[in-house]
Amino acid sequence: MKSRSAVLALGAALCLALPAFGASSGKPAPQFELPSNSGKEVSLAQYRGDVVMINFWASWCAPCRQEMPLLESMYRQYGKRGFVLLGVNVEPDSNAANNWLKQTPVTFPVLYDRDSKVSQLYEVSGMPTTIMIDRKGNVRMIHVSYKPGDENGYMSSLMALIREN
Amino acid sequence: MRRATQGRRAPPGRLARGAALAMLALACIGLTGCGTIEPWVKPYEREHFADPIMSLNRDPVSSVYMEHVFESREGARGATGGVGGGCGCN
Amino acid sequence: MQLTEVITRALGNARRSLARLRGAFREGTLLARALPAGMLLAGGLLPGSTAVGDVLPDDRSDVLYHRYQGGGITIQGPEVLVRKKIGQSLSLSGSYYEDLISSASIDVKLSASPYKETRKQKTFGFDYLHGKSTYSAGIINSKEPDYQSNTSYYSVSQDMFGDLTTLTMTYKRGWDHVERDIKQGGQIVNDPAFHEIADHRGYTLGLSQILTRSLIANVTYEVLTDQGYLANPYRKILILDPASPDKGYSLADQVYPNTRTSNAASIDLKYYLPYRAAIDGQYRFFSDTWGIVAHTLQLGYTHPAWKHWIFDGTFRYYRQTAADFYADIFPYANYSNFMARDRELAAFQSYTLGVGASYEFTIPRAPWINKSSLNVRLDHLMIDYSDYRNALLIDPRAGVPAGAEPLYRLNANVLQLFFSIWY
Repeated sequence: MKSRSAVLALGAALCLALPAFGASSGKPAPQFELPSNSGKEVSLAQYRGDVVMINFWASWCAPCRQEMPLLESMYRQYGKRGFVLLGVNVEPDSNAANNWLKQTPVTFPVLYDRDSKVSQLYEVSGMPTTIMIDRKGNVRMIHVSYKPGDENGYMSSLMALIREN
Repeated sequence: MRRATQGRRAPPGRLARGAALAMLALACIGLTGCGTIEPWVKPYEREHFADPIMSLNRDPVSSVYMEHVFESREGARGATGGVGGGCGCN
Repeated sequence: MQLTEVITRALGNARRSLARLRGAFREGTLLARALPAGMLLAGGLLPGSTAVGDVLPDDRSDVLYHRYQGGGITIQGPEVLVRKKIGQSLSLSGSYYEDLISSASIDVKLSASPYKETRKQKTFGFDYLHGKSTYSAGIINSKEPDYQSNTSYYSVSQDMFGDLTTLTMTYKRGWDHVERDIKQGGQIVNDPAFHEIADHRGYTLGLSQILTRSLIANVTYEVLTDQGYLANPYRKILILDPASPDKGYSLADQVYPNTRTSNAASIDLKYYLPYRAAIDGQYRFFSDTWGIVAHTLQLGYTHPAWKHWIFDGTFRYYRQTAADFYADIFPYANYSNFMARDRELAAFQSYTLGVGASYEFTIPRAPWINKSSLNVRLDHLMIDYSDYRNALLIDPRAGVPAGAEPLYRLNANVLQLFFSIWY
């Protein structure tokens, strides 16, 4: 039957679908300044010379919530070695995020991108998105989505960038 | 009394077939990536779809049963699936 | 006789379109005795089907008690649904469902006797996530004393256009064994001289599209084809029979076509209201080779309140035309090639009003349970037949000849009580 062979052909085509992979950029990371949970404004520029990891997250995104404790342990281990982690929350209303952080607190800075300006600047194409910036301020890794095991990729990227001077 | 004899199956309606072909064409475009369309609702703007009340099928145990109640009393069947509607988080 | 003329004229249309059915196969969904569920499942929602393109469905379990009561029929029973992820990419699901049927409907009273019966159904399925695609498959088995059906389904779901779009394709295949119960020596057994089969195939194309930040649309198109024994072996047709003065009619077996092909297309829109509520509207168009054209319209409103509660309200309107070979009463025997009196094939309008309440809570003593909910749903279903009459009220001596008895109207209540846990 004609429609059945079309269905089978499409099914075969769908098998070729590939998962989303991160890509290195090498371009300078766009500058920004955002309010943070410490009360002060935080800018990317103040961390020049450190390895910066930006994680775009939201309290409504299940993989983001799953990832946060792992990011927290990464930060606790390497935070004093010239590595900083910025958790950029993308929600227009920060109440849900703050409530969630009360139950699952983190020690790295949480920034509020309430009008999505920084998300647009970094062309966030999926939730969560993790970006690694080297000491010179260039984007070196972009990883979209989170699945258990991805933190190993973050670790190897982090180790390589920390060794750079 | 005359009994029906075996014969070929009646083909689906023209309108319906057109709809199916349109959907397949859309699928092919999406897969080959030709004419990449920028998502007009960004991933960080999809918080409402993560809310369970926006699910098209919040309690499958109940919707499967209700559909059974209707289908067993009516002549119509099909096209009732609630599929998709994710938050866009991967 | 004048009454014959009236009936013949009314059936004039049906005769012309009966020519279309030449070479048609038979089909047998339609119940009366018991609901051949495999056939029903061939169309529509698959148990546990909450496929989303790039995220597996949540792990959850549900236990439901359902009860339908109306038109002399009571059907109640449990339904249990379990779903669990294995690793990160595989989700397994299974369900068990029972219908305890106690039927003294007007069809049963007309040509048979009230009965009790149990139908059991089991399903098993899996969903496998790979990148932006989800591959699903499963089987459904339904058993009752006189009907056994097996269905298998295969589905692929794909996310596209930045995950705004999800395309799903499903193929279903069903095999049914139809028996007929007879009384033999005071016991109810399968008639050894009766054994039929029915075969079903279904193709579904579904598209889910995020339109705006608050609006999502779902478009579905489904083709179903059936062949084999598609009739109900218990129900009878009425034939006008002036020679029987008591009733004025006689009964005869139904004759169904051997095949049926149907098309259904639906659109579903769901909108998020800014104060946190949801409103949704669905429309479905249906037509098949039996001449049935049906429209379904459903509106729903979901309103969360007071932190733990969610309230739902739905209104459903359904309308269908009669099958070409359907008639409430035929003017004479062997009137046409195919003849049926199943009211599921009659012309009617149906209204359903439903309300539901859900209470969400956590169980502190069981931290492995993320969330639990207790739910209740009540639906009132009303069917207004325009060409199906209550034949039990035929009484020629009291001035109600066959064909002039009142049209039938069904009122039924559906209750659902269920408990769900997420883990």
